Amino acid sequence: MEMRPEVSVQEADFDVGGEMAALSMDRNDVGAVASFVGLVRDVNDGSGVRAMTLEHYPGMTERSLEEIVAQARARWPLLGVRVIHRYGRLEPADRIVFVGVASAHRGAAFAACEFIMDYLKTRAPFWKCEETPHGARWVDAREADDSAAARWAEEGEGVDDVSWDEIEQRR
Amino acid sequence: MTTKVKLLYFASLREAVGKSGEELELPAGVETVGALRAHLAQRGDGWQALAAGRNVRAALNQHMVGAEAAVGAGDEVAFFPPVTGG
Repeated sequence: MEMRPEVSVQEADFDVGGEMAALSMDRNDVGAVASFVGLVRDVNDGSGVRAMTLEHYPGMTERSLEEIVAQARARWPLLGVRVIHRYGRLEPADRIVFVGVASAHRGAAFAACEFIMDYLKTRAPFWKCEETPHGARWVDAREADDSAAARWAEEGEGVDDVSWDEIEQRR
Repeated sequence: MTTKVKLLYFASLREAVGKSGEELELPAGVETVGALRAHLAQRGDGWQALAAGRNVRAALNQHMVGAEAAVGAGDEVAFFPPVTGG
């Protein structure tokens, strides 16, 4: 069986149907495949968005996505995982990110897919710069993304990348 | 003995400081990521984007770290705003 990478960071678009099918190809033990596709919207924070450019930190990006996948595998009995994140210039309706998860049952597949997206939003080193009618602007991180990731932290576990400001306040 | 580190800057922080990276000889007394950040902020102008109170994250050898992380020769230290992927 051909070994497929679990994580890809690429400029090219991806084929959602093909990626979904690959998660259960050549096996009969997969009972559920859950997926998420993130797309470029034509409006954000009240301004029209003509395009956006995604910058990333080559090397750390791949490593952080692999760590997120490893954490998901440690939490749920997963039979397959695929994460694809694009970078470069993208226009409205273009695909940005794909997360696909295969498991025996839907509970693990749904949960792991959401977990990977929540962690990716706060830990993978990507930055969006939007082209609007008022010029280019960097997208601000949302607090809602931090709280979405934090709710996965188990009792006594804590989020391991404590924010800088929290650390400064502690000193 | 030299204690050179590789520095990287991303996104709005890269634009503020006007460069994507540099090699730096660690000054005496700069032994943590937090101290390095404070040292760079002292350069003034765009470098004040690294000043205390600004929302900056750091990675040491491609792992997110806090201000207390120890920095030494050969390390790769990146500074950037909170991430906005997905």
